[in-house]
Amino acid sequence: MKETQALRKVTIHFAGDSGDGIQLAGSQFANTVALAGNDLSTFPDFPAEIRAPIGTVSGVSGFQINFGSEEIHTPGGRPDVLVAMNAAAYRKNFASLKPAGVIIVDPAGFDKKNLRLAGYDDEENPLDNKPADYQFYEIEVTRLNRDAMKDVDIPPRDRDRSRNMFVLGFIYFLYNRNLEVTLNFLEDKFKTKPTVLEANRKALQAGYNYGDTIEAITRYRIEKAKLPAGEYRNVTGNQALAMGLIAAAKKSGLELFYGSYPITPASDILHELAARKNYGVKTFQAEDEIAAISSAIGASFGGAIGTTGTSGPGMALKTEALGLAMMLELPLIVVNVQRGGPSTGLPTKTEQSDLMQAVYGRNGETPIPVIAASSPSDCFWAAYEATRIALEHMTPVIVLSDGYLANSSEPWLFPKAADLAEIKPPFRKETGTYLPYGRDEREVREWAIPGTPGLEHRLGGLEKEDKTGNVSYDPENHELMVKTRARKVALVAKDYPKTELIQGPDKAEVLVLGWGNTLGAIKVAVGEAINQGLSVAQLHLRYINPLPDDLGELLSNYKRILIPELNDGQLVRIIRDKYLVQADVLDKIQGKPFLAEEILEAIKKMVNYGE
Amino acid sequence: MENEVKLTAKDFSSDQEVKWCPGCGDYSILKQMQSVVPELGIERENIVFISGIGCSSRFPYYMNTYGMHSIHGRAPAIASGLKATNPDLSIWVITGDGDGLSIGGNHLIHLLRRNVDLNVLLFNNQIYGLTKGQYSPTSEEGKRTKSSPLGSLDHPFNPLALALGADATFVARSIDRDPKHLRDILAKSHLHKGTSFIEVYQNCNVFNDGTFLNFSDKKLKDQHIIHLEEGQPLIFNQGKQGIRLNGLKPEVVSLEEGFSANELWIHDSSDATKAYILSRFFDDTMPRPFGIFYQEDRSSYEEQMIAQLERAKEHMGEGDLDDLLRGSRSWTVD
Ligand code: SF4
Repeated sequence: MKETQALRKVTIHFAGDSGDGIQLAGSQFANTVALAGNDLSTFPDFPAEIRAPIGTVSGVSGFQINFGSEEIHTPGGRPDVLVAMNAAAYRKNFASLKPAGVIIVDPAGFDKKNLRLAGYDDEENPLDNKPADYQFYEIEVTRLNRDAMKDVDIPPRDRDRSRNMFVLGFIYFLYNRNLEVTLNFLEDKFKTKPTVLEANRKALQAGYNYGDTIEAITRYRIEKAKLPAGEYRNVTGNQALAMGLIAAAKKSGLELFYGSYPITPASDILHELAARKNYGVKTFQAEDEIAAISSAIGASFGGAIGTTGTSGPGMALKTEALGLAMMLELPLIVVNVQRGGPSTGLPTKTEQSDLMQAVYGRNGETPIPVIAASSPSDCFWAAYEATRIALEHMTPVIVLSDGYLANSSEPWLFPKAADLAEIKPPFRKETGTYLPYGRDEREVREWAIPGTPGLEHRLGGLEKEDKTGNVSYDPENHELMVKTRARKVALVAKDYPKTELIQGPDKAEVLVLGWGNTLGAIKVAVGEAINQGLSVAQLHLRYINPLPDDLGELLSNYKRILIPELNDGQLVRIIRDKYLVQADVLDKIQGKPFLAEEILEAIKKMVNYGE
Repeated sequence: MENEVKLTAKDFSSDQEVKWCPGCGDYSILKQMQSVVPELGIERENIVFISGIGCSSRFPYYMNTYGMHSIHGRAPAIASGLKATNPDLSIWVITGDGDGLSIGGNHLIHLLRRNVDLNVLLFNNQIYGLTKGQYSPTSEEGKRTKSSPLGSLDHPFNPLALALGADATFVARSIDRDPKHLRDILAKSHLHKGTSFIEVYQNCNVFNDGTFLNFSDKKLKDQHIIHLEEGQPLIFNQGKQGIRLNGLKPEVVSLEEGFSANELWIHDSSDATKAYILSRFFDDTMPRPFGIFYQEDRSSYEEQMIAQLERAKEHMGEGDLDDLLRGSRSWTVD
């Protein structure tokens, strides 16, 4: 007898060895529930090594998805369901599971060898001593899947490779989903490998059927979410970012040039763009990070939109060239997909610890606009807006994303190309006197492209004379130029839309001020706090430098400001410095995003403290 | 151009006062460049000079063309991005032994292997001039400078051997004190499709005066220089001596004592092995070769980049922004 229970939202955590196909199973599940109309958010958690030792805790790959019939803002806190393909996956994730959660395990992954690799003592098998209250599905995935492979002409060593599809099939049964999306995907992916296709198809079907045959199993139904009407797609942060650059280039009528050196977690931007050659995108895999940004500067000098992407250590290497771009006053986009630092740090983990570097990290007085993305799909808008500012204000712009946004996905109500704002670079076309450093009322200089007759000029990193751009060591001129460049960047804020609260009253005890990937977790936390009657509001910053002109006044309406950051307190210092307000940080430096409950707790503490 | 006005060297000289030390070899190189470019048939607006940091890197300021005085060592990378997006420009990278072989060594070798169609002029004065006299990556071993009071321990680079090792497609050497030769090499480098690498011996009369005296002094140079002429035997010292190849071993032979020109090595700039042997004429036992060591026809980086874009458009169709945004799987919420 099968019951069906309705749920509003569910968080599932898929975990297994990095060779178990966890990411594929997870992303397939995400696509299926998205197409079925649920809202969702995902969070892949990769092991640090490409092929970490098989069966060990450090080799566990995870994929978490939170989906539901209501609006979803985060990949979920503690999961409701844990899928553990082996003992290591179980060991790593059991503690974070919700009390009374569901656990799906394959006993074959808990044999002596796996137990030993996972660090369990001899004879200690967690499956022999299952914690009460939890609902275990102990499914002999390996054996059942081998049965399903009986008639498939596949070498014995490959027959276990489709176990991920078996498990996925079972989950589809559990959550009342059909197999169509994944079947289509498999057909496309294994077009040229009919045996592999058959193996995966059979495994998926077998997993689903298995669910159907076992007795006394509860199935779940999650209704469609009430999302704004329109056309949606799933998108990861890196995909969205790449599209934002392409869209901005198209809308401004410029060629897009992306110079980059492979680095985790930014490489996917390079991959995305390299696959878009039919959009006229020129990608250049440079010999190092410095050449990557330098080539982009060269492209911008030549009238293209030069862009480059990297992560923290690469950002450090690009610093000198960033200073040059600022001095040349050429448009340039530098994307920093932040990861755990310092130094090589935690390459596969997320962090927001490059904010200070972005705002201040250069020699000399080198102001550069900084823009932060706050969700996977928002990476599109951040890249688009950054490119607009770079082109219309003739300045390098830094875009801050991070490992979490880069790899997470969410449904996106994508825009129509025609609805995207126009971008108008200040090209100088007509001949006649050209002052390379003459400026308009926004302190923006004109962009004259090599190849244009009569506008020949020389740029350089030496201090330049006002207007002419000739080399100048004049003391007053230097001060004038430093101040002018600062004013030019400050004036970028004149374009900003009015700063709006995300939620909460205009005046309250506490304002939770965020930037970057904390948006979703803060939304859930502040929403809950408001429900509980606390006096709290939420504001999220897109523009980190220059800060919005109307921010100071907004902040003054709150007694205390709480700034959750995945670092040791960076935005908080800038806010205190600039506005002299009472701001406190809620820091988390674990390579993981915030859980909403952590922020809620901090809000409560702050409200109570104030009383 | 609408009305064909013939430009002269003067048209290519900018309004900026040239600020190298009096007597610096850079003056001659600038002058040769300014007199060669009008002959090349390129419009002024299509010429770009890109330099890094160092004495030689001030060069772009003095050319009335487009130009960029960039940061230390990075000119090859900047020029690569510029050329990739503006393949019609004639781009000249101006660098020195410190800029191009020390801090920018990595970019230089990668530029050469990619074969981006631009010209690199490496002013080699075997010293750091702008920072006032430290030994450079081309300074001879044991050189005493402010940073090596007891003599430098560094083994020097052989720039042309390095360029050949990086699979450069045009490798040549010239010298500031031979204007005609330098102009000739500059013109030929312009004609070459792909990266042209030209090492120019340049005298720094303040910090390293006379390093190249053997190759510039009237009395000395005949014995120390050998000019490479395509299809011609390797003869030097006013026809008195020549080079013969004994297997792969070059030998100096005397034409006055029985050897005839027929027995000598005939210069063939398409032969990579011989070019490498020539590049190893690097000590006092052999005359120093000047001219084009090696030249090869290999398609340029930006040519291939553009071809790839064209092919992608043919196969996948010109990209449409709405298609991109929609992706392969979208769904509608009513
Ligand atoms: S220091 Fe040497 S290389 Fe530099 S300008 Fe003076 S003479 Fe020329």
